[in-house]
Amino acid sequence: MTTATDAKIVDDLIANDIRFITTVPCKQLAGVIEVLNETDEIHHVPCNKEDEGMGLCAGAYMGGKRPSIIMQNTAIGVTVNTLATLIQFYNIPLPMLISYRGEVGEKVACQVEMAIHTKAILDQLHIPYYHFHHKDQVGELDGILKHTQMCKKPTAILMDASFWGSAA
Amino acid sequence: MIRHDILKELIPVISDHLVVCNIGLPSQELHMLDDQPSNFYMLGTMGLASSIGLGVAMAQKDKVIAIDGDGSVLTNLATLSTIANNPCGNFILLIIDNGSYGSTGDQATYAGMKTSLTAVAEACGCENVVECSAEDTVDTVKTALAGDEMTVIISKCQSGNVPVPVIEIDPVVIRQRFMDEIAKRPANQ
Repeated sequence: MTTATDAKIVDDLIANDIRFITTVPCKQLAGVIEVLNETDEIHHVPCNKEDEGMGLCAGAYMGGKRPSIIMQNTAIGVTVNTLATLIQFYNIPLPMLISYRGEVGEKVACQVEMAIHTKAILDQLHIPYYHFHHKDQVGELDGILKHTQMCKKPTAILMDASFWGSAA
Repeated sequence: MIRHDILKELIPVISDHLVVCNIGLPSQELHMLDDQPSNFYMLGTMGLASSIGLGVAMAQKDKVIAIDGDGSVLTNLATLSTIANNPCGNFILLIIDNGSYGSTGDQATYAGMKTSLTAVAEACGCENVVECSAEDTVDTVKTALAGDEMTVIISKCQSGNVPVPVIEIDPVVIRQRFMDEIAKRPANQ
């Protein structure tokens, strides 16, 4: 079941010339991934782990396709080294669309354990991040994607349970 | 033969091709032997040479050779399933398997013990997996380059290193000259 917000996210990616996306799924992202699979303009390659996915993204960027990665915030813990030594070191623009698990509305206690570290790690890495709490904030995505290409940095779009709930 | 011997013999074969090279000594050796804009050197991030190489292969048309090591493939073992399920005819993964972590002092890897990366690649679904000796590596790479089928090559060689200087090129320069080279390749016009 996809929503207008899922479609808007993918439309903005296409409009910003994102042509390669790798994903590790999260149930909050299922709708976006479903839309992606029906989208011819974007080459969608599922990966097994998010650091592997960032390697694919770095390669796709150098091959001429703007990449993005879709993942859960737990992956911020997985990818610290890859973000620092590949994506940041080589100045690769990488918008990360992140399901922000563990915020208010979360049902799985363990998700809170990484939620409380997510912004701290992003701060430590000096990665710009944007916290979407309500579906109206999806209107900021187009500008964030342009900003990411301009500055050639990784950026994090954190979409929490309230965001997805308001979009349902 | 050790990795450096293989790379030295490979230079005439791979010099004109896009190469993504593994972190540490492999990149430093390639840089010393034949620095080219068509080489992408990994300066960090152990394990991702095959992923970066596959990403390049998927995004454009020219042939891409990723030079990886057994230790690095072991740290990103799931890459072989991604490679198998997204076959690219322009992609060659050359795993130089010396059974050791060469850049850190030749500690043994499990690939030098019970684990066969050839069997792992096949089990992951890679359809064209070739295990060869160090001596046969150049011919095996030539055959792969002449074909249009994705190939995973596991080159079994001896452990050992030669003295090499570190790479002092800025990472952004390595990345940009590689991208410029890709953009002007005839296959991408």
